Amino acid sequence: MTATRDPRGPLAIAGLVLVAAALLALPFALAQVGTAWVRITNLALLFALLALGLNIVVGFAGLLDLGYIAFYGVGAYVWAMLASPHFNIHLPFWVILPIGALAACIFGVLLGAPTLKLRGDYLAIVTLGFGEIVRIFLNNLSRPVNITNGPQGISRIDPVRIGELDFSTTSKFAGLAFSGPIKYYYLLLLFLVVVLIVNMRLQDSRIGRAWQAIREDEIAARAMGINTTSVKLLAFAMGASFGGIAGGMFASMQSFISPESFILVESVMVLAMVVLGGMGNIWGVVLGAVLLTFVPEILRYTVEPLQKAAFGRMIIEPEVIRMLLFGLALVLMMLFRPSGILPASVRRRG
Amino acid sequence: MPALLNLEKVEVRYGGIRAVKGIDLTVNEGEMACIVGANGAGKTTTLKAVAGLLEPAAGSITYAGKSIAGVRSFALVRQGLALVPEGRGVFGQLTVAENLAMGAYVRDDEHAVAEDRERMLGLFPRLKERYQQSAGTMSGGEQQMLAIARALMSRPRLLLLDEPSMGLAPLIVEKIFETIAAVARTGVTILLVEQNARMALETCQRAYVMESGEITLTGPARDLLDDPQVRAAYLGE
Repeated sequence: MTATRDPRGPLAIAGLVLVAAALLALPFALAQVGTAWVRITNLALLFALLALGLNIVVGFAGLLDLGYIAFYGVGAYVWAMLASPHFNIHLPFWVILPIGALAACIFGVLLGAPTLKLRGDYLAIVTLGFGEIVRIFLNNLSRPVNITNGPQGISRIDPVRIGELDFSTTSKFAGLAFSGPIKYYYLLLLFLVVVLIVNMRLQDSRIGRAWQAIREDEIAARAMGINTTSVKLLAFAMGASFGGIAGGMFASMQSFISPESFILVESVMVLAMVVLGGMGNIWGVVLGAVLLTFVPEILRYTVEPLQKAAFGRMIIEPEVIRMLLFGLALVLMMLFRPSGILPASVRRRG
Repeated sequence: MPALLNLEKVEVRYGGIRAVKGIDLTVNEGEMACIVGANGAGKTTTLKAVAGLLEPAAGSITYAGKSIAGVRSFALVRQGLALVPEGRGVFGQLTVAENLAMGAYVRDDEHAVAEDRERMLGLFPRLKERYQQSAGTMSGGEQQMLAIARALMSRPRLLLLDEPSMGLAPLIVEKIFETIAAVARTGVTILLVEQNARMALETCQRAYVMESGEITLTGPARDLLDDPQVRAAYLGE
């Protein structure tokens, strides 16, 4: 594991180049199968961003957060309000994205500050409540002053525009047709690489070690001279900022958002990605996000033909069996690999 | 000898309960002092108040001539006050090496930290063998040694030890106390809290006996060992 990831080995460099080439070619290959798959891949990248943010809070610092999707929602709504006909404001993306990250960050501190003394189940309950409060606010802030447009949500949200480059239309470069989803794929991939690097640097930094110490034993961490208050707030703030950025991208990609996108199940889903992939392991978390996005979609398309091949007719509706199999997979996974597909200890340097 | 740590009429409360009821306590520079007493006597609470993990409700705590009552623990570590918490508190999923690095969290003199790490591995050869092993997989005695080594990595002037004998076999306890005495000989002042009164009284120079939040007896540890009251109550005779 560590040998292949050694940045100095020539084999590793060759591998890295190969992976990079594969990732760059991927959307075109997927587009051959159907644009839907490019969109699903984009969703997986978006969830990977989210899961990496949540991993800072849950995986590194060990603070169980069940309301994480609220930060995604804040980021998405900031984008929607600053780049849509709703208020008739159309700011460029490089202005909105930092604002969205900052807004989510402030909400992160808002959640973190009163819960500093809580851990485990107690913290989970408070964060769950927080997530619901944010969602209910989004749902109801349409009266007396219309801020969020309530349950109808905000539509006709601007796509990302960089100069002349519009991410909602197809453009041609060097004889290749770059559709909207393909352009978003590259943008999200870029974000993911940046967030991955930030995460890796964090993990081995002083602050990363302080988070791990808090996760293991908070009293001992304080006895080491760690200011647990500020270090925990930092975890909440950073995790939330990543969520905010992902939310902004989500809003621009979908061009429509409503409070329904930010329900508790989404928080649970992101948490499941972190836990399934391997809490505290960056690569595990990305893998968890990709798997949990793709598996239900693959099942959606394969359940019907498989049944027809096996029994000659369809016995169970795809929608029914899909989540059943998915749930079963999660249960089995946790029974046989409780610390995730790639447990955090794998990263240990020998 | 000047007093390094001085507690005056210190009172600590948990809500409405007075766990420590106005105690006076002094630890002189370079000595080894201990607080002995039964479960629930307020020993750990006292230590936590000194370490800045609890805020005293009343009274004063002076360390190195400065009042530290209510100063948070992370700031005290920088002033040379280190705590080995009850139950060891090693970072189980981190390796021995990483645990020792955490001990030097407040220091940025990398060179001296590396020297100290070598010194610790010399003092605790067991840790050298287990250097890349995660701390949670080690035995209780090894974890206790790691906890002490980790605390020493901050180069403390005053080392606070909370129940170092807890849950350890008698032979291991003896070894731990030998190590603590060796640490004291290097010039570190030590305040130890212990239920194992015999071990503590035999190792330390001065002792306090605590009972339901109050100090009932104090004096040279040797004298307390011979005190009939102490013998009856804490040494099982």
